[in-house]
Amino acid sequence: MPRAAYDDVVIAAPVTLPYTRYSIRGAHWFLAGALAELMQQAGLAKNEIDGLCVSSFTLAPDTAVGLTQHLGLTLRWLDHIPMGGACGTVALRRAARAVQCGDADAVACVAGDTNHTDSFRLNLATFSQFARDAVYPYGSGGANASFAFLTAYYMRTYGAKPEDFGKLCVAQRANALQFPHALMKKPLTLDDYLTARLIADPLRLFDCVMPCAGADAFLVLRRAQAEHLGIPYARILATIERHNAFADDPIQYRGGWALDRDELYAQAGVAPKDIDVLATYDDYPVISLMQIEDLGFCKKGDGPDFVRRNSFTADGSFPINTSGGQLSAGQAGAAGGFLGLVEIVRQLTGQPLGAAVRDARVGLASGFGMINYDRGLCSGAAILAAR
Amino acid sequence: MTSPLVRAPRKNPVVRTRVPNLPPGMRSRVALGLTAAAAQGRFELQVCRDCGRVQYPPREACCACLSHRLDWRAQDGAGDLVSETTLRHSFELFFRERMPWRLGMIRLDCGPVVVAHLHGDCPAAPARVRVRASLDRAGQAVLIAIPEKDTPNMADDRQLREMTCDPKFRKVLITDAKTALGQALADAVVAAGADLVWAGYAEPWKKSPGFERMASIPQVSLLALDLTNSRAVRDIAGEIGGRVDILINTADYHRNFGIAVRNGIEVARAEMEMNYFGLLRLAQEFAPAMRARAADGQSSAVAWVNLLSIFALSSFPPHGTYSASKAAALSLAQCLRAELASAGVRVINVFPGPIDDEWSQALPPPKIAPGRLAAAIVDALRSGAEDVYPGEVAEDWLTRWRDNPKALERELAAASR
Repeated sequence: MPRAAYDDVVIAAPVTLPYTRYSIRGAHWFLAGALAELMQQAGLAKNEIDGLCVSSFTLAPDTAVGLTQHLGLTLRWLDHIPMGGACGTVALRRAARAVQCGDADAVACVAGDTNHTDSFRLNLATFSQFARDAVYPYGSGGANASFAFLTAYYMRTYGAKPEDFGKLCVAQRANALQFPHALMKKPLTLDDYLTARLIADPLRLFDCVMPCAGADAFLVLRRAQAEHLGIPYARILATIERHNAFADDPIQYRGGWALDRDELYAQAGVAPKDIDVLATYDDYPVISLMQIEDLGFCKKGDGPDFVRRNSFTADGSFPINTSGGQLSAGQAGAAGGFLGLVEIVRQLTGQPLGAAVRDARVGLASGFGMINYDRGLCSGAAILAAR
Repeated sequence: MTSPLVRAPRKNPVVRTRVPNLPPGMRSRVALGLTAAAAQGRFELQVCRDCGRVQYPPREACCACLSHRLDWRAQDGAGDLVSETTLRHSFELFFRERMPWRLGMIRLDCGPVVVAHLHGDCPAAPARVRVRASLDRAGQAVLIAIPEKDTPNMADDRQLREMTCDPKFRKVLITDAKTALGQALADAVVAAGADLVWAGYAEPWKKSPGFERMASIPQVSLLALDLTNSRAVRDIAGEIGGRVDILINTADYHRNFGIAVRNGIEVARAEMEMNYFGLLRLAQEFAPAMRARAADGQSSAVAWVNLLSIFALSSFPPHGTYSASKAAALSLAQCLRAELASAGVRVINVFPGPIDDEWSQALPPPKIAPGRLAAAIVDALRSGAEDVYPGEVAEDWLTRWRDNPKALERELAAASR
């Protein structure tokens, strides 16, 4: 059965709270801030939001349920999506179906986390049963170690050079310098990138995302209501999600996008060449290359060559992560799974906070999350279009 | 290739001794199956009884057919090193103080992908390696990838030495070196590169064959030590307690009685006095200093070895009171293990069957030779094990006890008729 279209369900009110490296606040503080900003952008009162979708690593012992009482929300639709970097695209597709089917009228999707000085370590130690049993006792390097394995393998197999990853990081930093909420405010040169200290060979400092506190949010509602409210919106052309794809690969060199991309483009009625702006999940540059390949912008293994042939700033030949991405804006926990998606909405609705991509009509946001053991298990993507 | 370990310069007494940190020790209950095997020096993974799929990380159900029937089975560990990294940054103090740290991702020939500590002599990926399980300083099983073929000095690998209790350049106390076992152990740890061996002896007036030879070994220092004397134990601990890196308690009082053949409790009390209270005295006097020195550089305090007996698992009625004293010692050794765990000092319990000595003279062979037992203890120190069942009789009894403890009880009862 073909995937049903999303009809007149739209996404609006893209919110990114300013990120901070450390905070003494709880996750609720950031989630509340993002929700308030969303309501203000949309011109909605609290009682007009009847659906909520939450993603957070640091909300414990609460879940989305506790948040309803904490924030005084009465809802008829509630979801909690613990999928890290894939939570944005997954939240969108679930909320869209709820609105489409009439289970809710206006679903606020929020993702965010706090970051205390020692909370990142404590979360790592108990991230998953497999991580606790079979990864964390081995050097306790966190995602740096996991992505070092993938990066070393990718470089060996496909001939990627440090300069290739560096080019992406440098371009994203240039994007970030125009994005007011980015944590990284210093220009980055390729030489800075190549000579930075090693973190987990072959990864150096600027390959690694910086954990921080913050929140992002967006609103899913019917087109008619968005027009009634007079707020800019983007249309939802297609979405995919996939979990634990290619489980027999000895190491992750591809993700679930490779399984689902044909259906994604078929549902959207567009091809990779039609994408004007791309947001990848980018906690480490190797995973951006994998998404570029698996989403069909080039063949598997041609990622390095693709990087050499293109430029990635907002005015480049292939604009990517125009907010600076997580690598330059920071990784506010689960909000990292939202950042790319809300940036695509901002670009398609003509309200970028930083550099604008000219004539952006169609955008693709991709998600990747949850290194449960040796690889990221969740992948997702959404293709959005300007109204 | 690993360069041979060099003796560290004498410690500057003004320099602060670091407090020990441990690698992460939290595990799910099912993952402790890996630890149970590693405690005996084996590498086992779960294998599905219904479809044969080998599982890792440890699971509650088969990832292929969802069966609950997962059995821990020995694996040879051969596999391909698919990727590697060298960490320069860690979130945990234990590793932060030991950077850089090499890790590998290995596809085992039996199927699963494992993350493992990577020995320095393993070639760069892709390469063939062997994966072994070992206990780490947290006392939990970890996997270590070592080169496909042994290399010179491989035991001296910096990361490997953080898991093992290698006697090389360490100071060892053997509490009773008058017995054939004590002497064999002194020879074995000297051969393994120990810097200094304190050879304990009680009752100095009693001649013991071979003991004079002990005094002629340059690394050996004789030490009057009677574990039944609290004051003496305390005095000796005051003298050398702050220098002992490996303590091997070989003191053993063994008589051949059950209950009915002898009146009175004097012999049983003497056994308890040595085998149980002797261990308690030692533990109270020596354990605190060893805890404090568990991160004292290259030659830190690392291990405490208890000579128990396979009779500790199930009473051997002809040696019933002795069995009881060893069962008591085993229980106390578990307590000691728990108390030393937070410092990362390993307690190794050794469960030999009858030793080929005068007090097992009336027992039929096979009996373990003191030299072989000593070699098994040094092997345990060099590997990552904590429970040692050396020799055929110990292995046989352990297998029977595991299979059906009640059956073993009946079989051993038959031995007293």
